[in-house]
Amino acid sequence: MAEPFQFELVSPEKLLMSDVVDQVVVPGSEGYFTVLKGHAPTMSTMRPGVLEVNQSGGTLRIFVRGGFADVTPAGLTVLAEQAVPVEDIDDQLLAGEVKNAEEDVADAKDPERKAAAELKLNQLREVQAILAR
Amino acid sequence: MPSLKTLRNRIASVKATQKITKAMQMVAASKLRRAQVAAEAARPYAVRMGAVLSNLASTLGGADGAPALLAGTGKDQVHLLLVCTADRGLCGAFNSSIARLARDHAQRLMADGKEVKILCVGKKGYDILRRLFPRQILDVFELRSIKQIGFVNADEIGQRVLSLYADGQFDVCTLFFAEFKSVITQVPTARRLIPAEVGGEAAAAGGAGYEYEPGEEAILADLLPRNVSVQIFRALLENVASEQGAKMSAMDNATRNAGEMIRRYTLQYNRSRQAQITKELIEIISGAEAL
Repeated sequence: MAEPFQFELVSPEKLLMSDVVDQVVVPGSEGYFTVLKGHAPTMSTMRPGVLEVNQSGGTLRIFVRGGFADVTPAGLTVLAEQAVPVEDIDDQLLAGEVKNAEEDVADAKDPERKAAAELKLNQLREVQAILAR
Repeated sequence: MPSLKTLRNRIASVKATQKITKAMQMVAASKLRRAQVAAEAARPYAVRMGAVLSNLASTLGGADGAPALLAGTGKDQVHLLLVCTADRGLCGAFNSSIARLARDHAQRLMADGKEVKILCVGKKGYDILRRLFPRQILDVFELRSIKQIGFVNADEIGQRVLSLYADGQFDVCTLFFAEFKSVITQVPTARRLIPAEVGGEAAAAGGAGYEYEPGEEAILADLLPRNVSVQIFRALLENVASEQGAKMSAMDNATRNAGEMIRRYTLQYNRSRQAQITKELIEIISGAEAL
């Protein structure tokens, strides 16, 4: 049994969640990573993806769109630009996001921006695939 | 001396006005509550963002590779003023005090030979500033149709500012808004947005032993543009709360003034009514005596 630690999920609008949890899987921009109690202090940006929170009551899955995660000795703080519980996501919203990203790819003028837009598109498609299951 | 009928009409119309101001005051009070809750809810994000940012900046501080959003362009020639006001009037000195602060700032800069550009958020500030600086205003954002300001609205403005900055359109950006202190005090405030203002040494201690993923610079590059939007978002929320506070006290004053006016008119009305009765009586009595 994992030791519990403090976890906070914050969006620009409000503090969404502040609770004691066992384990959190964070969609870091360099890859998913799992945070347990006593994780080394880390700061990571996030890609659009699914945040998995394991609590004594069960597992919560939350879709986050960009932001960053801050692991300190005191706990984990996730600053998400947007956070929606997976159950509340409708496919249309995500499809809209994907469409936006596709347009960004088409509109991008210099290669650098195009690469960034493509990366985002791929990440969104990945999320879509996860959720479709 | 106005006739009795005119006085009656006047009292009725002031009463109607009083009802309106009273209603507006109550609406403002309930909106203020909501705005305060929203502003408070947004605080944790901004505070944490600030902490993380100053952490990063202190480790990277002074390095040559620091991003332009933190270090500035190295020049101080073109200033962008982002002036946030309300879209509606009838809220006391709220709009004009922000506009006045921005105007003084702009005139000081222009006297120093600097170039000034203005971006307005909110219609009222635009109305005031466009008379003074018709050529300096780049654009105006209206938030009138938006019921509850969300982060996306602030982000839209933030993106605009960033794209202007990326195009080299300005060197320094200052944000003007009214800070909400309490229901009766709102302080017009200027805050430097670009280059980012970082909270100095206080945070330096926590920076050691951190692992960064991807590198510190990549995170900082991701964080700084977001910080701009967050700062704007915070200013907008403070502004909404301040506007409602200002409106509430302005409408409270108006209601009280209307009450005072009604009292005076009623007194005058009663006096002239009595005077008329007395006059009629005198006429009847003196008529009877003459017979």
